[in-house]
Amino acid sequence: MAEGYIKHQYEPILPQKDEWPVVKLSKSRKDFVKKVAEASKKSVLEITGNNIDLLKEELETTLYREKLRIKQNPWAVDPDDDSDFWRKVRQVLVQTSADPHLNKTQKKKKYLEVLDDITMRYAEEIASNFVHTHYKVTRRMVTFGFARLLNAARVKGIKSLFSNQFTLQDKIQIVGETDQIRELASKGTIVMVPTHFSNLDSILIGWIISVLGLPPFIYGAGLNLFNIGIFAYFMNALGAYKVDRRKKNLLYLETLKTYSSEAIQFGVHSLFFPGGTRSRSGMIEKKLKLGLLSTAVEAQRANYQKGQQNVGGKIFIVPVTINYHFVLEAPSLIQEYLSITGQERYYKERDEFSTSYKISKFLVKFFTKGSDISVSIGKAMDVMGNYVDNAGNSFDQHGRKLDTRDYFVSNGKVTVDQQREEEYTHHLGRRIVEEFHINNRVFSSHLVAFTAFQLIKRENRKLDLYNLLRLPEEDIFIVYVEFKEACEMVLNKILDLEAQGKLQVAPHMMQDIDGIISHGLDNVGMYHAKRPLIKNNNGNIETQDLSVLYFYHNRLIGYDLEKLF
Amino acid sequence: MTLKSSSKEKSVGVVGMGSFGTAIANILAEKSKVIAFARRAEVVDEINHEHKVNGVSINPTIKGTQDPEFLCQNCDTIFIMVPSAAFQEVIKSFSPYLYPYHLVIHGTKGLCLNLPEGKKLTDVQTISRDNILTMSEVILKETVAIRVGCLAGPNLAKELYAGQPAATVVASKYNEVILEGQRLLRTDKFQVYGNSDIVGVELSGVLKNIIAIAAGALAGMGLGENAKGLLVSRGMVELVYLGNALGGSLKSFIGLAGIGDLVTTCNSTLSRNYTVGFRLAKGEKLTEILESMEEVAEGINTIRLMKAFVEGKGMRAPITENLYKVLFEDLKIEDALQYLMKYPFSVDVDFL
Repeated sequence: MAEGYIKHQYEPILPQKDEWPVVKLSKSRKDFVKKVAEASKKSVLEITGNNIDLLKEELETTLYREKLRIKQNPWAVDPDDDSDFWRKVRQVLVQTSADPHLNKTQKKKKYLEVLDDITMRYAEEIASNFVHTHYKVTRRMVTFGFARLLNAARVKGIKSLFSNQFTLQDKIQIVGETDQIRELASKGTIVMVPTHFSNLDSILIGWIISVLGLPPFIYGAGLNLFNIGIFAYFMNALGAYKVDRRKKNLLYLETLKTYSSEAIQFGVHSLFFPGGTRSRSGMIEKKLKLGLLSTAVEAQRANYQKGQQNVGGKIFIVPVTINYHFVLEAPSLIQEYLSITGQERYYKERDEFSTSYKISKFLVKFFTKGSDISVSIGKAMDVMGNYVDNAGNSFDQHGRKLDTRDYFVSNGKVTVDQQREEEYTHHLGRRIVEEFHINNRVFSSHLVAFTAFQLIKRENRKLDLYNLLRLPEEDIFIVYVEFKEACEMVLNKILDLEAQGKLQVAPHMMQDIDGIISHGLDNVGMYHAKRPLIKNNNGNIETQDLSVLYFYHNRLIGYDLEKLF
Repeated sequence: MTLKSSSKEKSVGVVGMGSFGTAIANILAEKSKVIAFARRAEVVDEINHEHKVNGVSINPTIKGTQDPEFLCQNCDTIFIMVPSAAFQEVIKSFSPYLYPYHLVIHGTKGLCLNLPEGKKLTDVQTISRDNILTMSEVILKETVAIRVGCLAGPNLAKELYAGQPAATVVASKYNEVILEGQRLLRTDKFQVYGNSDIVGVELSGVLKNIIAIAAGALAGMGLGENAKGLLVSRGMVELVYLGNALGGSLKSFIGLAGIGDLVTTCNSTLSRNYTVGFRLAKGEKLTEILESMEEVAEGINTIRLMKAFVEGKGMRAPITENLYKVLFEDLKIEDALQYLMKYPFSVDVDFL
């Protein structure tokens, strides 16, 4: 294996499972859920400014949307008493507002009770069900199962089933600041923020966390994944809490954010996909969803307010970049992207993972066929995006040590300022995007896809993107010599950028340009029915699916490489 | 920082005791203890012993210092009021003593060129937004201070010093900075507005300098109020277009720091930018004018940067482009005016 790849089993940093923050959390689950519900209630009251009419309005909006959801978009995972619960909420709301005998204080009391019920229900629904034995089983199953699949695919012959020639780490390469994240995880609280391209990411990250010897992280997983029994089991085992994207009401969103914030304050390591959903365009996320990210900033301030000055109360943001040659969902993702950005504003969130069969097919395909993956663990930062050392100290751009607490101080005291924290969250978001680009690892497949698409675009410069993508694929070809020249040009620029520390380059790029191109062509979107790029019989370059080519091309957007064309 | 020292009321810092800095220090001193920073020992001595700056009396409670560290330790809120040419250097000298708890508000109108190491504007010809830093962006780049704000508006130092009524804008992304600025500066005669579009407010103050040069030129040619009215209005349109392209919002440009400052500057015959335009129209060369001026007129630098920016962006800015030709390419000012009169502006206002 090329140098720079880390391949060994790390000792767990906390061998006793009782020391795992996530185990502690699950032991006090009941109290914790109560605490979350209480805190959410407080924050909803704060948002409505303690104004009883505004609160009533929020409750009514929530009720209306929930009834609509139950009617229009029910899922298997929804609890049976869903409609009963909301019917009762409705009754109370209607009675309270119509009852002439109630004075203002009594009415307020009634509304607060309803609010109590709803936040408690939401908190209970969101909370994870981590069970240690399940975690152990799952981890073993995943590692063992994947290794078998992998070897079956790669080692030929009868012995394949028992071969240990290839391990998962040959396929999934972990690079970057692995020692730092281990150090920091034993001192403070980690919030890991990976790029998100494939549904596989959460399983992948879960596996990486365990390989690195870290205790399990909690993370928000789409409630749709819990629709399927077996998946729900895995998700629960991995410490997932539930995020229901159908519920967009204030009460739910506040409860969700509070859950995350309180869990971080509890010292549980967390995982957010800050892009919100998979990157549909194939570009590295540029705009992040700031809702969950803001909970990291809030939790950090809360810790300082509680007087936790030392590293134990510090929160570390660790960006992680995942690179693939091949994203199984690419064709459907890019179609969705195009229909969103094009004129069709409306689209329905599709659930590709709707049946166990589809998932198993996906996994089998991935582990028998999928090509290599690299996961880069980025440098850890504090919640303001300053780099930290292994002891958890923050440093400014000039290498001067600084105290993160100072960011939350005014007139010598730690103060709460929502607006300030909103800006800080924006700032952190921008820093994470920067780090994503720096940690991005260029593969041969990205290079060829980028170059080919840019050449095609240059050839048809009069067309806008949508017309370009509608060109008949059979009419498009690129002469190899020209392609090679362009690839070299882009590669040189990429190596330039690497020297400046603006991105990283995978070791397989250290060969001659013909070698890189053929490696790239072999790997780019290799298992799609229609290949994004192939070499035809005359030795020229052709595409079978321009949209998918566009998807893989997008990976290198954000470095101004387009200007070369 | 210990809790003990924080319970005591801290001072407010003013960095740079030029005419504007002194006027602001005086206003601040009405309500707070003020520590003023000046680079030259004579100025500090004059402040501490005679309570004067350049012979003009100031509030006797203002303390002078030459030590950035002393100022930063004793002040949580710091006003940076130095000329743009010295801005970066001063910020660098303060950077080691600034911490994230500091609120930094600057009152400097200017832009900073941000090119890769070793390159000059003449090497690159055209520039993009990334190559231009506003003063608040300089602070963010060079220090860890993040709660940054700016002060801009029609604030002629002389009038402020004389205690005439005036208003200013404190702009920041952070409400707490705006509130703090208002708390410290507001007096019966000084109104303070808040704005969250800091870049827009900074750009207003910067871009209006271009128009100020043109206003001086019109006066130098002996043209009257009709021409001035035309200039202010067309200048406003250009300001809005350039400002939008640089990331400011329209609302800021038609506010106090934009149109308010533009009108004041175009009528203020004493400003350096106005003087440059005036003397150009009288037939002097730029080099002669610059030699006889103590400080550089900011508008000249702004015109140079904006011309390179406009070319990089592929947009047009007729007043700026023609002033550039007059300043650096020996175009006669009458010809420039002729060109502008013929320029096919067909629509009066098309940005609202």
